[in-house]
Amino acid sequence: MQIVDRRLNPKSKSLGNRQRFLRRAKAEIKEAVQEAVKTRKVADIASGENVRISSKSLREPTFSLDSKSGSRDFVLPGNSDFVVGDAIPKPPPGGGRGSKGSKDGSGEDDFVFSLTREEFLDIFFEDLRLPNLVKAKLKNVKSKELTRAGFSSSGPPSKLNHVRTMRNSLARRIALHRPSLKTLEELEAEISAAEAETPPDEERLAELRARHKHVVYLRKTVAYLDPLDLKFNRHERRPKPSTQAVMFCLMDVSASMTERLKDLAKRFFMLLNIFLQRHYREVHVVFIRHTNVAAEVDEETFFTGRETGGTVISTALVEMQRVINERYPVSDWNIYAAQASDGHNFSDDMEECLDILQQNLLSQCQYFAYIEVGSSDDGPYPPSEVWEGYEELVGVYPNFAMRRVSEPGDIYPVFRNLFSEEKAPA
Amino acid sequence: MQTTGKSATAKPLFEGADWTFDLVNKAYDACAEVGLEELGLDIYPNVIEVITSEQMLDAYASIGLPRMYRHWSFGKQFVRDEMQYRKGARALAYELVINSDPCINYIMEENSMTMHTLVLAHAAMGHNHFFKNNYLFQEWTRADAILDYLDFAKAYVTRCEEKHGVAAVEQVLDAAHALMNQGISRYPGANKHVSLAKERERALARHLYEEQSFNDLWRTVPKQQSAVADGEDAEKPKAQANLPEDNLLYFLEKTAPKLADWERELLRIVRNLATYFYPQRQTKVMNEGCATWTHFYIMNRLYDKGLLTEGSMLEFLHSHSSVTMQPAWNDRRFSGMNPYALGFAIMRDIERMASEPTEEDKEWCPDVAGCGDPVGALKRVWSEFRDDSFILQYMSPKVMRDFRFFGIHDESQHPHVFVSSIHDERGYRRVRRALSQQYCVSGSDPDLQIIDADLQGARRLVVQHKVRNGVLLDRANCERTLYHLARLWGYRVKLIEVDDETGKILKEHENLRMP
Repeated sequence: MQIVDRRLNPKSKSLGNRQRFLRRAKAEIKEAVQEAVKTRKVADIASGENVRISSKSLREPTFSLDSKSGSRDFVLPGNSDFVVGDAIPKPPPGGGRGSKGSKDGSGEDDFVFSLTREEFLDIFFEDLRLPNLVKAKLKNVKSKELTRAGFSSSGPPSKLNHVRTMRNSLARRIALHRPSLKTLEELEAEISAAEAETPPDEERLAELRARHKHVVYLRKTVAYLDPLDLKFNRHERRPKPSTQAVMFCLMDVSASMTERLKDLAKRFFMLLNIFLQRHYREVHVVFIRHTNVAAEVDEETFFTGRETGGTVISTALVEMQRVINERYPVSDWNIYAAQASDGHNFSDDMEECLDILQQNLLSQCQYFAYIEVGSSDDGPYPPSEVWEGYEELVGVYPNFAMRRVSEPGDIYPVFRNLFSEEKAPA
Repeated sequence: MQTTGKSATAKPLFEGADWTFDLVNKAYDACAEVGLEELGLDIYPNVIEVITSEQMLDAYASIGLPRMYRHWSFGKQFVRDEMQYRKGARALAYELVINSDPCINYIMEENSMTMHTLVLAHAAMGHNHFFKNNYLFQEWTRADAILDYLDFAKAYVTRCEEKHGVAAVEQVLDAAHALMNQGISRYPGANKHVSLAKERERALARHLYEEQSFNDLWRTVPKQQSAVADGEDAEKPKAQANLPEDNLLYFLEKTAPKLADWERELLRIVRNLATYFYPQRQTKVMNEGCATWTHFYIMNRLYDKGLLTEGSMLEFLHSHSSVTMQPAWNDRRFSGMNPYALGFAIMRDIERMASEPTEEDKEWCPDVAGCGDPVGALKRVWSEFRDDSFILQYMSPKVMRDFRFFGIHDESQHPHVFVSSIHDERGYRRVRRALSQQYCVSGSDPDLQIIDADLQGARRLVVQHKVRNGVLLDRANCERTLYHLARLWGYRVKLIEVDDETGKILKEHENLRMP
């Protein structure tokens, strides 16, 4: 008999099978994932979730017998009071657990399983990409970072690398035959032993003393630690690719924005957030809400707080500008902005908005998306003031985009549309 | 069993639940002492592999075989099992054992030492003995070759995927899996045993032959002409000489006109695996019954010898009784017969009959009743029977009474089912026959045969389903499977359902291969 410990064998041997399975069910999974976005709470979207798919493409048919035709005999255990000839009504078709134990019968067309967060997001954001990524990279070269860059033989004492230094010292001492302290001590002990002898063996004593002198001489000339041994840690300043992004969420919270419209906006913001998180190590989110005044608030207040007043969009843009200047230098941060509104604005404010955008914000942002939320019941609504105003930016600024959303189900298509690969300049 | 005598003088093998490799070794030796010396079991050498629960799920997914080739259906199985496991809807088996030489036993790291001992007694002794001695396994499988063959199959499938693309291989495997149950030659002697070297040689030879016999000139010969010249009947008898054929995969591998050599080889691999599993499907009750009886005996002996503490014994009895529990038909937990329960009950009953027979036993099972050698009787049963014959021969009225079996007759058109027999004098034989029939694999699989293959004209393949008791094929499944069959055959396929007794055609399905 032989015992083998397999626990440390490479895990997930079935990974290949799982990938084949996912590829096979791709169409259905994709559908299910999109469905999930519509129905699920926004916060749960990315948690990697159970997905229910219909197993149409996952069928494994075989020639099997139809339990609803012909006649059959079978045996069951646990008879309590039946006698021969008793009639038992059949369980209703489909429902209940059939006494014949067809265990895969009913549930076969629906198949529930869980995707990992990674898999979910992969499918979710399949063939989406960040716009202007190339530009972002060029831009980011500005910021630099100290990184380790090997060792050097000169440097400040604070950067002395002890291990390397001592290693060199030891090698040199061995190479130059520097006698160790132990050798010296042994020699001295031998001398004193020889001295204690009566009568002392003068010849041997002389020889020992000469050796002692030589050892002491060697230990003096070959230093324990030589400047030659010193090694220092070296650091270099290297351009650092920016791995941080900040996302500005701007939203109109005036009375005309109902809960439903806010929810639509929220979904879009969340999607953008998850999407950015996949690309950057660190994503900050700044929430700015505005009526006729704008303020930076926390997430809770942003989505639930109530405020009344008119609508002046430019205030939010000014606030955003302020936050950028204060905390998010363009050289270090990739800046994304998403603005949601129902399209109302004081008409004479539009000009100022465009001004701020054109002068500053659009050149600082990687991407600026405007989402206009509205209810579909309103029918094909006429272009709003904001829509009309922003229209002149479209095309001129490749990093500006705007879309309309009226249903939760629209969010994902709109989002895909904004970030789909062919749209983004390579 | 000489149970009493020298009681708990020996030191227990282990005290706590924690296990170490050393303890597993000791436990194995103790089990082997009882199993091999007292019971005289005859086993393959054992390899015990310790794995994690995740690896157990892996093993589950590839139908219990390690080194299985890759296919999406195993991935599907895995996510399904994993889901159920995570939800707690089902526990993992304590062990998994592979019919191979050496016999591989998987044990899970999170189990207690008691469970490990139980598993060693159950799988390393019980299943192992059954694999080595049962006539079906002897005839249908080659334990020493299966691991090598799996290696070959996995490597072959991978090579095909590299060469022809994953999708192309998947198509063939999908189709082959659909016909897996029709990939077995059911008659003895029909299966030649597989051996790795021979398989490889054969695969290569097949490939070489195709390459050598390829002559580009044939392409230039006008086709019409040759068909006319050969005459219609020239090739027909050749294909029909082997008909009818119930091994659809074999027939396709040898005869399907359009398959490439690697596709034929894939069919062969699936066919060989189907053959390998065929004995397991036919001996569920016996295999588990044998292993359960063996572990029950060994664990009790270990306890008698003082090698198990009372605590471990209680833990063992708890898990043993949950494994051998048979819920009644109207119980929420009922999901068919529990092979562990039925097998164990009959094995215990044989043991009882051998030593303390009643008058009834002498009438029903004369060959074991009172023979005085329970272990010898059991070993003979284990080697010479399969589920249906075993039940027919050895299920005594006592077992039927204990299970309170009753027979049901079900006419599909009728809104009620009828109780046809119960466990009384008149019913014993009928219940026993019906239950035996239930475990007869050839009875539960549809009886399909290729009866005609036109290799000249329309190239139509005709499959016949012999309908017994009016039970037709499930329509949706049948048409989907037929699609796979048509894909392999390459041309039109027709399936006729014919009543076995009257010969009347009940239904026809047809599938035209989509180009």
